[in-house]
Amino acid sequence: MKRLINQQPSRFLGVTLGLLPFVLLVVVYAVASGARLAENADDKLLPSFASFGEAIHRMAMEPNKRTGEILLWTDTWASLGRLATGVGLSALIGLVFGIALGALPLARAGLAPLVASLSLIPPMALLPILFILFGLGELSKVVLIVFGTAPFIVRDMQQRVQELPRELLVKAQTLAGNSWQIVLRVILPQVLPRLVDAVRLSLGAAWLFLIAAEAIASTEGLGYRIFLVRRYLAMDVILPYVAWITLLAYLTDYILRLVSRLAFPWYGEGAKEGT
Amino acid sequence: MSALIDFGNVWKEYGDQVVLERLNLKVQAGEFCTIVGASGCGKTTLLRMLLGVEEPTRGQILLDGRRLSAEPGPDRGIVFQRYSVFPHLTVLRNVMLGLELKGARLTGHLFGAARRRAREQAHQMLASVGLDQALDKYPSELSGGMQQRLALAQSLVMHPRILLLDEPFGALDPGIRRDMHRLVLDLWTRNDLTVLMITHDLKEGFYLGTRLLVFDKLRHDPQAPDRYGAGITYDLPVGQADRLLFEEIRRDVEQPEPEPVQAECC
Repeated sequence: MKRLINQQPSRFLGVTLGLLPFVLLVVVYAVASGARLAENADDKLLPSFASFGEAIHRMAMEPNKRTGEILLWTDTWASLGRLATGVGLSALIGLVFGIALGALPLARAGLAPLVASLSLIPPMALLPILFILFGLGELSKVVLIVFGTAPFIVRDMQQRVQELPRELLVKAQTLAGNSWQIVLRVILPQVLPRLVDAVRLSLGAAWLFLIAAEAIASTEGLGYRIFLVRRYLAMDVILPYVAWITLLAYLTDYILRLVSRLAFPWYGEGAKEGT
Repeated sequence: MSALIDFGNVWKEYGDQVVLERLNLKVQAGEFCTIVGASGCGKTTLLRMLLGVEEPTRGQILLDGRRLSAEPGPDRGIVFQRYSVFPHLTVLRNVMLGLELKGARLTGHLFGAARRRAREQAHQMLASVGLDQALDKYPSELSGGMQQRLALAQSLVMHPRILLLDEPFGALDPGIRRDMHRLVLDLWTRNDLTVLMITHDLKEGFYLGTRLLVFDKLRHDPQAPDRYGAGITYDLPVGQADRLLFEEIRRDVEQPEPEPVQAECC
């Protein structure tokens, strides 16, 4: 018998072991839900799978009686739009400022203390200010996401630029490169895959700020919906919505990973630790 | 005839620590100098000053009779031991990069006929270092020796006045290293290069090139090892050194100096 630290699961065993906790969770839920419903058929806390099915059908397939819209899709597009705008802006800010801070000592001297201070402000504490300044519309939600994620991306990009071997920058100078060309042809292409990594890491925070902003002031959106139906203890809607948000988060991450692999074929083999 | 490179009484100090002192050195165009010395004894500092990433504390360095600019430029090519090539560019585009940077100051990209010319030039240069079979590979797919070939081609396509080599073959296997020696000598004769190469391998210094420079301390203060800097202790034309001298230099270079205070070195 090999030592435990040397035992590798086979492919089949690996998949089975990975699925096992999920199956267990579902079984535990089903048993608990069944027990509660047997005692009180109107229990709302742990709805049966059948009522999930009804709720999903109601939210995702039938047009809403009042507005005529299919709520799940309206909510999804509203949330994804805000998320993409916010994270996209953050990525752009992160790229521009991160490279400036990392590549130009003068920019670093001037801006690094400001960025460090901004990144220490808890973004949620700014939300009232944003609502006062930008109103309750889309802008304040997007700005909250930007505030929550951009400082991290800026600092991460700065770090990545400064991690590039000095030798490469010296070499580029001996190849007649000026500062702008070196940024354009040596630094930028090498940190772009790092930007994708940074965006993937900050997506969790972006969802947090999105749902928080939607919960407080919105008329549509995934976060708005689950906080709205909370008043009716509508677990049959909330739980599928949470699962849907999780799936969206996973898909976004998967797509970004795919983009990174296809767009930067040189990146990966031995260049960094895998994910 | 005025020298291509002229060190005039150059000193380099970091605070109280003297690294190089009273360095006078003239290198003529076409010379192939190898530089050896105990590790840390100023040979890398010399190279860094030539490259323009460090400035001498005192004295001056002339290149073609003009004061050396204090930052790296296209008149000086460099191959480091590692990290000399760009991981995000294919072999061909690594060599084209210099031509593109020189030709397109704003975009850094050449187009049309200019691009085809650059591609042709890069291709020829790669053929001369034996890499024309790997044009579309990324550096991470190349062996260490091939990466150094690429680094050489990348520098030489710019026709630098001097080529600086910082232990370029230090990380390679002995067999590969011999191939690289042949390649460098071949490139040197065919392209009328002036080469300064730092090496740890004294044999390399004795058999490669035209001139051997040995760096070591000229004076010693056992109580303050940082007090005096290194200078050139041997300046020999290659081919005239005999076995005895080789052994003597080997002792100087390779054995740690018996010092009461073990400093990092120089």
